[in-house]
Amino acid sequence: MKRYNDAFKDIPGTTVFDATQSRLGYHLNMFCMSLMKAENRAAFKSDERAYLERFPMTAEQRQAVIDRDYNRMISLGGNIYFLAKIGATDGFSFQNLASKMTGMPEDQYKAMMVAGGRPAAGNRSKSDREK
Amino acid sequence: MARITAGVATSHIPAVGAAIDLGKTHEPYWQPVFAGYEFSKRWIAEHRPDVVVLVYNDHASAFSLEVIPTFAIGCAESFAPADEGWGPRPVPVVQGHPELAWHIAQSAILDEFDMTIVNRMDVDHGLTVPLSLMFGQPQAWPCRVIPLAVNVVQYPPPLGHRCWNLGRAIRKAVESFDDDLNVMVWGTGGMSHQLQGPRAGLINRDFDTRFLDGLTRDPEALARLPHLEYVREAGSEGIELVMWLIMRGALAADARETYRFYHVPASNTAVGHIILENPR
Repeated sequence: MKRYNDAFKDIPGTTVFDATQSRLGYHLNMFCMSLMKAENRAAFKSDERAYLERFPMTAEQRQAVIDRDYNRMISLGGNIYFLAKIGATDGFSFQNLASKMTGMPEDQYKAMMVAGGRPAAGNRSKSDREK
Repeated sequence: MARITAGVATSHIPAVGAAIDLGKTHEPYWQPVFAGYEFSKRWIAEHRPDVVVLVYNDHASAFSLEVIPTFAIGCAESFAPADEGWGPRPVPVVQGHPELAWHIAQSAILDEFDMTIVNRMDVDHGLTVPLSLMFGQPQAWPCRVIPLAVNVVQYPPPLGHRCWNLGRAIRKAVESFDDDLNVMVWGTGGMSHQLQGPRAGLINRDFDTRFLDGLTRDPEALARLPHLEYVREAGSEGIELVMWLIMRGALAADARETYRFYHVPASNTAVGHIILENPR
């Protein structure tokens, strides 16, 4: 199992949602799940810190949510389909979240997609990228 | 006797659903995407299925991390569109086919596929966007739909080869159902895309083309593609393509390609679509 999971770590800029991430991020992701209800979205928006206290998350996870640092949330066990519910609560599109994670301004990210997207060449493996 | 007549595969991008719901399909950005489905709408109007077994993945809508079924088959009378955070899509409630769904569940379990039986489930864009692409915006969906949800969120998802074999088990099940039904199997998700992390935006046209080619010509070899290759070549969410193999496994070896469409981008994703028909 370790070999299966570790093989993905060679892919740059990518976190596979394996058992380790799932255990780490359980409460963070379940907080995100709660945002599917309108009353919870309202409660979160009115006092983010107080709402986050309802979930037994780590201080780092809470801070990453408040900072809307999606890459950090992913490293702390967040899964993108769950995290997207924070983006929806904020009124942002998936494309906006994606641009944030790549560190590109949204218009630049959009232009990259229209031009055919990020190429696989040079992005397949960490060793490949270092060349 | 029920028979499987055709397979359809298509991406199920949420932004495509939003473009339909908000009346943006004629905007220059979206027009090429929807133009690619014009043939398909005419084709399906002529080949009207009674039932579609619709293979898709739930995106943390019906299933959170509390329960994660690898293969879940919807056996309910109906399935409501899910509220994914901005209200449910304004699309008809999906009418199921409980008799055939239960029949497939039982047959697959006895064939060593341990299906999860679901009697209550809301269905998200993964299921409703393909219906909108193929049928447009009717008052009611023109056929019954059996949702088959596959876990591709929590690793490990099922292997491509397992999906292929599940497709074969579905074919066996359908062909042993007494009613005279025209059944289609749809595979959804893909094609290449990555929604997370600094590598977000990855698109791989060459991989997608090879996948589409292999789906018709050499699906057994395609079914052996390891997960690592999907993620490396088609992006982290490109793993959804394993679901297309369920569709392909349900068809005859000599199914032929009727139509293909490919376009980049829709939002973050490469749009892929194929129609395969069984010989009559």
